[in-house]
Amino acid sequence: MMIKRITELLDRVFRGLFRSKKNIKLGLYGPPNGGKTTLANRIAQDWIGEDVGKVSAMPHETREVQVKEQIEIKSEGKTVTFNLVDTPGIATKIDYEDFVKRGMPAKLAKKRAKEATRGVIEAIQWLDDMDVVIVVLDATKDPYSQVNITIVGNLQARKIPVFITANKTDLSKAKLKSIQDAFPQYEVIGISAKYGKNMDEFYKSLLKYAG
Amino acid sequence: MITLEFIPHSEIEGLPTGKRIKKLLDIAKENKIVLLEGQLGKDEETELIKATMTEINERFKGVELAVLYPDAQELDMLRRLKVNLANMLLGGNRQGLTIIGPAAVVKEIKKNPNKIQLFTKDASRKGGKR
Repeated sequence: MMIKRITELLDRVFRGLFRSKKNIKLGLYGPPNGGKTTLANRIAQDWIGEDVGKVSAMPHETREVQVKEQIEIKSEGKTVTFNLVDTPGIATKIDYEDFVKRGMPAKLAKKRAKEATRGVIEAIQWLDDMDVVIVVLDATKDPYSQVNITIVGNLQARKIPVFITANKTDLSKAKLKSIQDAFPQYEVIGISAKYGKNMDEFYKSLLKYAG
Repeated sequence: MITLEFIPHSEIEGLPTGKRIKKLLDIAKENKIVLLEGQLGKDEETELIKATMTEINERFKGVELAVLYPDAQELDMLRRLKVNLANMLLGGNRQGLTIIGPAAVVKEIKKNPNKIQLFTKDASRKGGKR
């Protein structure tokens, strides 16, 4: 009993030390094709000049969690070091025939679908490890999907700080207001990760939540 | 033909999370649309997504999920107290409605604050306005 308490105390002290160094696990979550990896690449390019993962118009391109460590972000005199965690898109259905319709051979499509299902599970399993989460939504799509609500509600229940990015604001169909209306209790930042639009505002918000 | 199966909350409230989810998913796998009285917990919703992923194969493509939440702002103080008390005594959350539609049958569930529309694979069938 005594040993257990000492172990817990040491664990808390070490976790405290770790946090005080501001080495924060930043998770990018959201439905498939919202632009999570594009945003991860933008962040990593902006601060360490590297990419995190491959981007594709085909859904479920990211099928494994990808981590880029030690990204030091500065904004308004503050500096925070992040471990950036890019996660596979969370979905409630995956049909290999959707990949076939986009021109993928059936065998490859089935493999991709199987990997995508594992990716969704992995993304959910990582939720508990996150210090801050950015939910990345496609501003051209309907924001009221249950997956979005479930992700945001889950983060709230776990008391993980979260803010929402409405991505793809460079597109004429983008409706920032509809995302703000769907999640009125959260800060929503409109960005174009692809073109780096409004990233200063994004970093300012990020450091506000992580600082 | 579309089959809807209504599940009263009492049918799942005594079950542990894993069994609750299995019960609901088993119905969806029979290509029936589940209408569950009330809501699953937030953690149960993610467990439902995880369990769905493990079940996906060439025949079962997953589900469309939607939860209708009661508008808490519309409830007066006394009603809110009653709801909270009922939830506390009976367990779970009996407010609202959870729809779990197999992807083979339900193409999309569109939701906005005022209405919900369920689109089936046959585009001519529409319905389910709240």
